[in-house]
Amino acid sequence: MNRFKSIFVAVALSAASLAPALAAETHGPVPARLNWSFAGPFGTFDRGQIQRGFRVYREVCAACHSLSLLSFRNLGEPGGPEFSEGQVKALAADYKIKDFDDKGEPVEREGRPADRFPKLFANAEAAAATHGAAPPDLSVIAKARSYSRGFPLFLLDALPGMAYQEHGVDYIVALLNGYTKADDPNWNEYYPGHAIKMGKPLSDGQVDYTDGSPKTVAQYSRDVSAFLMWAAEPHLEQRKRTGLNVMIFLIVFAGLLYFTKKRIWADAH
Amino acid sequence: MSGHSTYVPSSAIARWFESRLPIIGLMHGSFVSYPTPRNLNYMWTFGAILSFMMVAQIITGIVLAMHYTPHVSMAFASVEHIMRDVNWGWFLRYAHANGASMFFVAVYMHMMRGLYYGSYKAPREILWILGVIIFLLMMATAFMGYVLPWGQMSFWGASVITNLFSAIPLVGSAITTWLWGGYSVDNPTLNRFFSLHYLLPFMLVGVVVLHVWALHVVGQNNPAGVEVKNVKRDTVPFTPYATVKDSFALAVFLIFFSWFIFYVPNYLGHADNYIEANPLVTPSHIVPEWYFLPFYAILRAIPSKLGGVMAMFGSIAILAFLPWLDTSKVKSAAYRPVYRVFFWAFVLTCVGLGYLGAMPAEGGYVIASRILTFYYFAFFIMILPLLGIFETPKPVPATIADAVLAKHGAHAMQPAE
Amino acid sequence: MLFIATGAAAAVGAGAVAWPLISQMNPDASTLALASTEVDIGAIPEGGILTVKWRGKPVFVRHRSKKEIDEAAATPLAQLPDPQADAARVKKPEWLVVVGVCTHLGCVPLGAPGSRGDYDGWFCPCHGSHYDTSGRIRKGPAPANLAVPAYDFLTDTKLRIG
Repeated sequence: MNRFKSIFVAVALSAASLAPALAAETHGPVPARLNWSFAGPFGTFDRGQIQRGFRVYREVCAACHSLSLLSFRNLGEPGGPEFSEGQVKALAADYKIKDFDDKGEPVEREGRPADRFPKLFANAEAAAATHGAAPPDLSVIAKARSYSRGFPLFLLDALPGMAYQEHGVDYIVALLNGYTKADDPNWNEYYPGHAIKMGKPLSDGQVDYTDGSPKTVAQYSRDVSAFLMWAAEPHLEQRKRTGLNVMIFLIVFAGLLYFTKKRIWADAH
Repeated sequence: MSGHSTYVPSSAIARWFESRLPIIGLMHGSFVSYPTPRNLNYMWTFGAILSFMMVAQIITGIVLAMHYTPHVSMAFASVEHIMRDVNWGWFLRYAHANGASMFFVAVYMHMMRGLYYGSYKAPREILWILGVIIFLLMMATAFMGYVLPWGQMSFWGASVITNLFSAIPLVGSAITTWLWGGYSVDNPTLNRFFSLHYLLPFMLVGVVVLHVWALHVVGQNNPAGVEVKNVKRDTVPFTPYATVKDSFALAVFLIFFSWFIFYVPNYLGHADNYIEANPLVTPSHIVPEWYFLPFYAILRAIPSKLGGVMAMFGSIAILAFLPWLDTSKVKSAAYRPVYRVFFWAFVLTCVGLGYLGAMPAEGGYVIASRILTFYYFAFFIMILPLLGIFETPKPVPATIADAVLAKHGAHAMQPAE
Repeated sequence: MLFIATGAAAAVGAGAVAWPLISQMNPDASTLALASTEVDIGAIPEGGILTVKWRGKPVFVRHRSKKEIDEAAATPLAQLPDPQADAARVKKPEWLVVVGVCTHLGCVPLGAPGSRGDYDGWFCPCHGSHYDTSGRIRKGPAPANLAVPAYDFLTDTKLRIG
C-alpha cells in the first residue's frame, strides 16, 4: 500500500509543479496582496477608512459609476461607515430622486434615507453612448472582480489561517494604481488586455481629507476599495461575528457527541 | 423502508392507531431497531449527512423563494435584496449556495465509498441505480439553481448547457428552442428553471425514499463486504449506535460547512456571477460549478460536438451499468489489492479531470483531458470486467464478526500500526 | 449527565438555526425604512379627505369643518362602543388622521360625500359599520375606532405619518 501512496504523491507533486507553468502564460501580472482590516475571521471595517472611501467615491467615481443597489440609509447602518442619522439625511438630500407627485406628474425631489442611490443612466446603451463603454455599477464590484492565483495557491485560499478572499479589492487597488505609462492615460498594467476605457481617474490631492490621512492616489485607492468591499458585502462584520459563535458551538457540540458516541459504543465491542 | 419491527405499542391508543396506520412501527423498524453491520466505518455516515443536506437545501430554498423574483429584470437585484435587506438573508443565501456544494461533497464521498467497497454488487443493483438517478436529479437541480441569480455565469452556463441538446441530430435545435421558450436563454427560460428548481427536489425526495427502502430491504454493505449471517453477532441496532455516530459525523461536517458559509462564502462561486447577465458579452472564460468540472472536461476532450455530449452523458450513464461491468466475486477493495490501485487512480483521474475542466480548452490541457477521459471509461469498460477474472483476492472473512475480531486482534499484536 | 448535555446542546443548536428561518419573514430592512411618509396637506379643502398610502395601507387625512368638529366633540362618551374623547384622537381639531382600515375585517371604509354613513364619517360597505367624524365606531360589527397612526406636523401644511 505504501508503495502506491508514494506513487500518488509523486503524481500529485509533478502535477502541482507543472500547472503554474502552464497557467502563467495566460495571466497578466498578479496584484499585490494587501493587508485589510476586514480580512480574516475576526475582520472588521475601519470606519474612518470607509468614510474616506465614500468621499472618494462621491467626489470622483460617482461622476460615471452608479451604486444603485445601495440605499442612503445603508451608510448609517451598523457594520458600515456608520455616518450619523443627520449626516445620512443631509447626504440623501443632496441627491435628486425621480418620483411622481400626488397628481402622477413626474418630479424630482430631494433624496431620503430610504431611497436607493440613483441610476445615472436609463440603461446600459445610454451609458455606453455617453462614455464609449458603459461604466459598471459599483455596488458589488469588489465581489465581481477577481484574478486567478493558479494551482495550488487557490486551494490554500480556502484554508483556515490562510483564507484569502480579498482578490477583488486587491485587484481594484492595483488597477487604480496601474496607469504606469505617463503618455497613455488609457493603458493599465492590470486591466486584461491593458487598454482600459476609463482614463486615469485619481491624482494626488484630488480629494480633500479632513482627518490628516495622506492625500495620495495610493491612499485614495485603498480607501475607496475598502468602501466598495463594504458596499458589496454590507453584512461582512455580522457574518464573521456570527461565524465565530457558530464555530465555538459546533466544536463543543461535536466534542459532546464524540464522548456520547464513545460511551454508547463501549458495550458493543 | 420495511424491515422487521420489534415495536410493541404500549398504550391502548397507540394500539388502536397502529392497527389502522402502522407508521410508528414502520419508523421504528426503519430507524430504531433496523440492524446495521457493526463494522461500518465513518465513510458510512455520508448517507445521514446527505439526508440532512437535502432537508437543509429544501428548507433554505423554500425560504429564499419567499424573497426571490424570477424575472430577468429583477432576479439579480432580488438576490442582492436578500443579501442586503432580508433579515438573515445573507446567511440563508450563503447556506443555500454553499449547501449545494456541500451536498455534492457528501455525494461524491458516498459514491466513492460505494465504489471502493463494492456496494453496487448483488443484491444492491437497484439500490445503486436509484442512487445514480438521485445523482442525475441533483445535477439537474443544481444546474437550474445556479441560473437563478442571473449573473453572467448563470446566463452563459445556461446557454452552454442547453446548447448541448442542439447536438442531437435532426431534432436538436427544435429541442433547444423548446427548452428556452424562445430563440435564446431569456425570461421564459428563467421562469421555467425556477419552477423546475422548486419541483425537482421533491422528486428527489421521492427517489431518496425508494433508495432508503431498497437499502433496508437488502441491508447495508460493510467494509468486509460479506453479508450479515447472524443478526445478533454481526449487527447493532440503528438507534442508538448508528444515530449517535451519524450525529457526530454530521456535527464535524457542519464545522466544515460553516467555515464556507461564514468565512469563505464566495470561494466556491465565481466572481463573474456578481455581474448581471448580459446576453451580448460572454465572459472570457466560462466555467461551471466545481462539481460539474470533471464532466465538463470530458465534454471538451472529444473533438466533435455530438461525440462530446455523448461522452459526457455516457460518463454518468455508465455508472448505472457498474453492477454488471464489475465481474469480481469479492465486494470490498480491502481484499482486492490490484483493484485498490486502479480505484485510487480512478479517483485521481476524476480530480484531474476536475482541474482540467476549469482550465482553458487548449494545448496541453486538451491532451491531458483526453488521456484522463480514456482512463475514466477504460476503468469501467476494460479494467473492471477483466480484473474480476485475473485478480487473486485476499481471503475474505467468513462473517462480519470475524472481520471485527481480526481487526482487533491485529491491533493487539501490532500496537504501533 | 453527558447525554443530557449533548441533548441540550442539540436543542440549543436547533433553536439557533430556527431563528433566522423565522425572522426572515418579518419586514425586511427596506420595508422598515419606508415606514414613514411625508404628505403635503395644504391643498385639502375644508370637508375634504386626502387618502395617502402608508405601510401599504390607506391613511385618511380629513380637513374637518367647524360643524364636524362640534359634532364629534358633543357626542357623549356613553353612546360609544369604544369610548374615546375626540380631543384624544387629534393633534389639531381641524385635522383628523386615521388609518383607513375597518377594524372589523380590514376593508377600506367609504368616505366620499353621500356615502359617509349615518354619522357623517365613514361607512364600511363590507359588513355595514358606521364611523363618525372622529373616526369612532358608532354602529355595526366593528369592535373599535379607526386607528390613529403616529404623525407630526412638520409645518402647518406638511405632515409626516409614521
